[in-house]
Amino acid sequence: MEHGSLTDESLPTFSVIDEDHTLANSVRFVLNQDPRVSFCEYSIPHPSDNNVNIRVQTTGDSAKDVLKDALHDLEAMCQHVRSTFDASVTEFKETQPMKKMEVDE
Amino acid sequence: MTKKGFTSALDMPDVPMGKLPDHLEVQRTRVVCKADAPINTEGIQYFGSYATMGIDNSTPLERFRKNFKVEVIRLTDDEMEFDMIGIDAAIANAFRRILIAEVPTMAIERVFMVDNTSPIVDEVLAHRLGLIPLDADPRLFEYMSENDVANERNTIVFKLHVSCKKGSPRLTVKSDQLEWLPDGSKLHEVAPSFPGEQQKAYTSFSGSQMEVSKKPLGVMHKDITIARLGPGQTIELEAHAVKGIGKVHAKWSPVATAWYRMLPEVVFLKEVKGEEAVQLVDKCKQGVFDIEDLGSGERKAVVKNPRACTLCRECLRGVSEDPVELRRVRDHFIFTIESAAAVPPEVLFTEAVKILEEKCERVISELS
Repeated sequence: MEHGSLTDESLPTFSVIDEDHTLANSVRFVLNQDPRVSFCEYSIPHPSDNNVNIRVQTTGDSAKDVLKDALHDLEAMCQHVRSTFDASVTEFKETQPMKKMEVDE
Repeated sequence: MTKKGFTSALDMPDVPMGKLPDHLEVQRTRVVCKADAPINTEGIQYFGSYATMGIDNSTPLERFRKNFKVEVIRLTDDEMEFDMIGIDAAIANAFRRILIAEVPTMAIERVFMVDNTSPIVDEVLAHRLGLIPLDADPRLFEYMSENDVANERNTIVFKLHVSCKKGSPRLTVKSDQLEWLPDGSKLHEVAPSFPGEQQKAYTSFSGSQMEVSKKPLGVMHKDITIARLGPGQTIELEAHAVKGIGKVHAKWSPVATAWYRMLPEVVFLKEVKGEEAVQLVDKCKQGVFDIEDLGSGERKAVVKNPRACTLCRECLRGVSEDPVELRRVRDHFIFTIESAAAVPPEVLFTEAVKILEEKCERVISELS
């Protein structure tokens, strides 16, 4: 998977290949929570090509670093989701009687 | 526009500082569903919104960790329903998309036809075989690319050899007649030139596949009709199953489907009493409303079970003034996952979250 950053007038756009709304919308959400970001959006140039353009405009910091931080945050959020979910499922299994498996006759 | 001598709304005593007024709080946290269409669907999603009110709208990691909750409502081997509270639609949707299209499973990909005199054409039969869910844990297997040799770590081999004898009634070929070959393919790429000559088979298994899978492999449901044979017709074929993801072909999708809805909230805009209350309770077929006796013969309608609301909007139909407002809570998702694979639904969700983490990792490593 390649990426290229097209710098036109110092407003970096990151073009990510082999990605779609799944990652791009999540990253856009996390980026918008960051106070260093003044503008963030993603677009899909054509649905047949598997690319996403993510544009990050910051209040001074390097856009690459801000994007990396956002991805780290998203990863941390995923890990937290996983651990909370696992704990919840274990708790549910302990408090509920195990449902019997449907047996094919 | 403020005029000279005019007090700003923020200084007025009845607007609490640091807290949003009610209508803005609704705009921030709820999607309002009017009779014709929902409003407020776009989330006000950046840290600076409401900054002038002194509200910090961002959700930094610590706040997310503190507020995020998961509650499991129902869990069986095939499906589960659980609530995720405190997460945004972008990420919930990412999980849903990954569950449908990017969690891998095993499915039949290549079919080697030896004999097919059935009324089902070769390619249609192969297509049907591909759609049969297999009872094989995809985590034990590896992906197979074009240059790879088919071995016990990336291919599962099934055999189907059925024939209907002349004079017997029509035979239905069901999925339980697919026989698992743990030692690999029995078909040879080149016919042996003399009996007993060892020729290369289509797969190179170095050992029995039982070592990889630890339990016999087969199909998940034994009663799927594959074909029907008339007297004198035969099907003999070998089917090879590989690991893949739903994005490439829907046969590799592990979920019957996975979906979410936001938690409904029903709020009374005015008091509904007496005959109107009874009518309201009748109108709602999901049992959202109930009558509460106030004493002295007065009856009032109350919200009993907002979770059951399907937004049919029957309660808003035919009335001049809306008695209720139907809303959805923006960060509370009721997820339902129906597993169609050998993996139980809670494992599917965990795998989906892991896949999102891997995507982040890939982009991070590319950026560095």
